[in-house]
Amino acid sequence: MAGMAGRMSTVIKAKISKLLDRAEDPGETLDYSYEKQMELLQNVKKGIADVVTSKKRLQMQSQKLEQQVVKLDTQARQALAAGNEELARAALERKTLAQSELQNLDPQIKELEAQQDQLTENEKKLRAKLEAFRTKKEVIKAQYSAAEAQVQISEAATGVGEEMADVGMAMQRAMDKTENMRARAQAVDELEKAGTFEDLTQLDSGGNDDIDRQLKELTSSSDVDAELAKMKAELGPGGGGSPALEAGSGAGEKAGEGK
Amino acid sequence: MIVRIATEGQYRLEDGQAARLNELDNEIVSLVEEGDEEGFRRLFGEMLQLARSGAELGDEELEESDVILPPPDISLEEASAEFTGEGLIPG
Repeated sequence: MAGMAGRMSTVIKAKISKLLDRAEDPGETLDYSYEKQMELLQNVKKGIADVVTSKKRLQMQSQKLEQQVVKLDTQARQALAAGNEELARAALERKTLAQSELQNLDPQIKELEAQQDQLTENEKKLRAKLEAFRTKKEVIKAQYSAAEAQVQISEAATGVGEEMADVGMAMQRAMDKTENMRARAQAVDELEKAGTFEDLTQLDSGGNDDIDRQLKELTSSSDVDAELAKMKAELGPGGGGSPALEAGSGAGEKAGEGK
Repeated sequence: MIVRIATEGQYRLEDGQAARLNELDNEIVSLVEEGDEEGFRRLFGEMLQLARSGAELGDEELEESDVILPPPDISLEEASAEFTGEGLIPG
């Protein structure tokens, strides 16, 4: 058995040779086959554009998360300096989650970059093969009456058919991978929409029980504890300074200028 | 002999290398059956290397392959559908 790769191209090859067998004018079939190949080339281009779009989306999310990490870190420090350990902890929990999402995004962006490179390479190769096919096609059409033209046609069609099948397979794999990443990006978007990475001082304490509960489930409390201890050590003893960030439990208490 | 690495390209190998390729193919079949991911990666890597040691077919060459190897990023799960029975190469 020739396996998946073999089976796949066999199907396409079979389709092409069936077309060739049925054709009254092999020249026409060659033109048709060439058109199909050009269509595939267009699809590959679309596929590349899709991958690029997904990559850009992840890159944007990554930038946003980086900003949130910095913001939440600052906030945790301020809260701690103001003696509000609870708020500091909440900020650190959000920061930990944002960081772990960031770490997930990074290899995915790299993976999409690799997909983009490979598809671009595939497209280049297919384009060259199509050019070779086009040239051969014209030669075959010119000398069609010869009996060996039939053999040549089927050889060229088989070769290019296999190439098409292979590019089709590369596309399918790239799209499957992109699909997975899209789901990932969606998940991050949803966390963000739920206000998970929001500026803590802008949140009403009332509506956030759910987020807080989820955060506790999602983040490792030992990481948060360790970071909190580190921050405390950095601030030194008697770090209960300005009350500027005393958000406490009061609903809608804003710290400083907010945004 | 022409070998294609799926999603990558075609290479022209000496006919004498078919035997080594077939050997690797058969070994991979048993590794995949055992679910030995590490062994599979190692031998499949060797297989790819062997193919890549050949001359890559030019863009103007429209040839059918004698053997098609699965894509380099294949998972063990996918491989178990490929490397069964006699493997990629009969015998």
